[in-house]
Amino acid sequence: MTSRDTILAAVRANQPTPTPAIPAIPLFERLSSRSLLEDFRDALVSMGGKFVPSLDGKSLDALLKSLFPDAQVVCSATPEALGTRLIDSSTEPVELADVDVGVVRAAFGAAETGSVWLSENELTTNALAYLAQHLLVLLDPEQIVGNLHQAYRDPRFKTARYAVLVTGPSATADIEGVLVHGAQGVRSLTVAIVPSPHGDSH
Amino acid sequence: MRPINHAEASSHFIEAKEHLEFHDRRLWDLRLKRDRQAHGIPEWEELRNLASTIKEHTLSHLADYLEQFETQAKTNGAHVHWARDASEHNEIVYGILSARSAKTLVKSKSMLTEECDMRPYLETRGIRIIETDLGERIQQLDDEPPSHIVVPAVHKLRDDVSEVFARTIEAQPGNNDPHYLAEVMRRNTRPYFLNAEAGMTGANFAIAETGSFVVCTNEGNADLSANVPKLHIACIGIEKIIPKFEHLAVFIRMLSRSALGSPITQYTSHFRAPRPGTELHIVFVDNGRSQRLGMKDFWYSLKCIRCGACMNTCPVYRRSGGLSYGATYSGPIGIIIDPAFDIRKYSNLPYASTLNGSCTNVCPVKINIHEQIYKWRQIMVERNQLPLVKKEAIRIIGKVMSEPQLYRAAISATGLAIEHLPRFAIYNWLNPWGKQREVPEVPKQSFRSWYLENRTRQ
Amino acid sequence: MKVGLFIPCYVDAFFPEVGIATLELLEKLGIEVVYPLNQTCCGQPMANAGSQKDAAGVEALFVKNFCDFEFIVTPSGSCAHHVREHLDAIPETPEVQKVRHHTYELVEFLHDIVKADEFPWAEFPHKVGLHNTCTTLRKLRTAKASEIDEPFFSKPLDTLRKVRGIQFVEPSRPDECCGFGGTFSVFEEPVSAKMGYDKVQDHHRAGAEYIVSADMSCLMHQKGCAERLGLEIRFIHIAQILNGSRA
Repeated sequence: MTSRDTILAAVRANQPTPTPAIPAIPLFERLSSRSLLEDFRDALVSMGGKFVPSLDGKSLDALLKSLFPDAQVVCSATPEALGTRLIDSSTEPVELADVDVGVVRAAFGAAETGSVWLSENELTTNALAYLAQHLLVLLDPEQIVGNLHQAYRDPRFKTARYAVLVTGPSATADIEGVLVHGAQGVRSLTVAIVPSPHGDSH
Repeated sequence: MRPINHAEASSHFIEAKEHLEFHDRRLWDLRLKRDRQAHGIPEWEELRNLASTIKEHTLSHLADYLEQFETQAKTNGAHVHWARDASEHNEIVYGILSARSAKTLVKSKSMLTEECDMRPYLETRGIRIIETDLGERIQQLDDEPPSHIVVPAVHKLRDDVSEVFARTIEAQPGNNDPHYLAEVMRRNTRPYFLNAEAGMTGANFAIAETGSFVVCTNEGNADLSANVPKLHIACIGIEKIIPKFEHLAVFIRMLSRSALGSPITQYTSHFRAPRPGTELHIVFVDNGRSQRLGMKDFWYSLKCIRCGACMNTCPVYRRSGGLSYGATYSGPIGIIIDPAFDIRKYSNLPYASTLNGSCTNVCPVKINIHEQIYKWRQIMVERNQLPLVKKEAIRIIGKVMSEPQLYRAAISATGLAIEHLPRFAIYNWLNPWGKQREVPEVPKQSFRSWYLENRTRQ
Repeated sequence: MKVGLFIPCYVDAFFPEVGIATLELLEKLGIEVVYPLNQTCCGQPMANAGSQKDAAGVEALFVKNFCDFEFIVTPSGSCAHHVREHLDAIPETPEVQKVRHHTYELVEFLHDIVKADEFPWAEFPHKVGLHNTCTTLRKLRTAKASEIDEPFFSKPLDTLRKVRGIQFVEPSRPDECCGFGGTFSVFEEPVSAKMGYDKVQDHHRAGAEYIVSADMSCLMHQKGCAERLGLEIRFIHIAQILNGSRA
């Protein structure tokens, strides 16, 4: 018998008396006087993220310049920003090691936690979200859902090879409980509220 | 081999006053943060019930869900391996690495790999392993196991970390600023992420409906380990399965809130299929889980999602530290899991508890921890695992208490002893009570004598 | 109403005033109190150590002494809990079942059964720290535990509030265990003592002149710690305050 068969046989033999099927999980939608955007912003900021409420007439490249004046290598996975480094499906992760700022457009956000959803479609090369020193995430305000129950209903979880809910920058408090941003991943994460360009749909 | 002596280890822990004070305060603070999050969600107790229901259902149909996961994962292009025990796990991992000539492995936190003692096994076979979680790396560099499953170096102060880093990774000696030390670690680890041939993660949850698994971290180290090298190995305990994505929401809402008092971890990563041109290997591990599944009083411990909330709330854990339990899993959850691995080695652990029940109340999946601790004590007695002194003391008390006349004689004898013996005879090494406490005064008469005098006809 | 009074072994031996206060209090409330003379212990020390075998004789004796009462009352949360939930070292005869279902801790008895709403003879003009023992709190559920998300309730507080002059102060960790834990206090002495020291110092810092509880066992441990520390703080059982002790 293979190990697989041995394990499954042992599990079958030992399983406790079957309990009934799980009821449908409620959505737990909360009635709030505040908008999803306001809740999203507050949650994001409490998790250490930065929030840019709008481009305010500026171009995206101008925003980048103002947020990251010293950035040498800017790599954008969305055609909305030019950047200085190209990225495509053939880009190896290590080629992104010197990226100062990564720019991506999130598929959607979750207001409960201030999280943004990214997959290989939004990242092109997944490692961009981790090797860059800073990350700028564009988010369409119409693509913000309420809580995680709603977020997890998104069908893209089932088709993406890799999907991540990113909430704020990389962080640790492993040394005497002191909070440090930029543990191994990005040192800062900024979400800019920018409507999707025309024709960009689900 | 002598059983782990938690009480003795705890006395050393308590002597280091500054460390003890920080350890207790830090973990209690995490408990308070957890409370704030929990009380901010009106449906919190309902979520706990749902989480418990989901886990109990899944565990009672575990074989079917494991098979469903495997079918999906293989369709997605992942390899699925099965390890009956710790050694087989280590052999499988080594097999995967050596077949691809992988010499360096970057890994994120996985208690399962600690449980399997994987690192020494691979290191003696020429694989270089870099722990990338900051707490785990501190411990690796200091050649000490992690003490807490979520914050592995919580028992260390910044001076300790500074000393370790100065000794091992060329940090400036004497610089104990946590920001500086974290930056030193960041720069030291980055080349390993970029050059390692393989990356390893654990998994918090494995979703049967899609063959996906989920890793929750704050540093981004799991995502680097998984998304830079061309080989990703994920080690998953068979009890981590849940049926659907819809169920995942319940757990993700509670995991970080319970562990650290934050609504979610900075990174919640879902892996379903390998990146094009890379390999994904999933290693399912049994190592005693299927056996525990059949223990009618203890299988509920398999619901555990490794949040550590029980450790944070446990007043004994906070004052003795994870290392005093002598096992990969410490604190309340450790007490109910470890004896299943080695009943003799861990025979004392069920007594390292006041049975206060706080752990049970904070457990997001409603494991009845304190009740299982109570039950393990019965097993220890039945399997003759109590030290002779304890056994005899309990037997004698039981005998005295079951016979009224013996009981009355014992009470007056004790009373006489306390009243008449000199202090040094009462407060000495034979009397643990008296080491740091005063013994009660002896009253003029017992309740019973008072009752006889005042309420019955003489 | 007639009750059988169970006095825990350590109260009988070391704190008879708690037993006396319990008895007098129940009598003041018009209840007939009977104290079976051959009682000893409820079996908890042996059962908590895991030894059902050594608990059996004691548990059988308990049932023998109390099987004729409709109400069995004890000034001890841990004993009441043991009888209700863990008196299972002996076969579950109807007699055993009856005893298990009719055993009450004093506060829950006063609050739920007697529904006593005044104690006119009682006055306690002191600052008091209420110690809800882990058993009364998390197992008998006589008050809300801080971990659980539910509306506030507290039977001991409701009851004590009816005493003239009493003032409450709260420590920073109101329901952290004090470290007694029965045999834990001896077998894990280092942590037990540290927990006890932390508990009494917390109450002391909050300004408590007295620590009051429904379990003398916890108080015995805390008192031992406070005395060794030289702390100016006193210990009193809830029965004594309700019965009219002034100090």
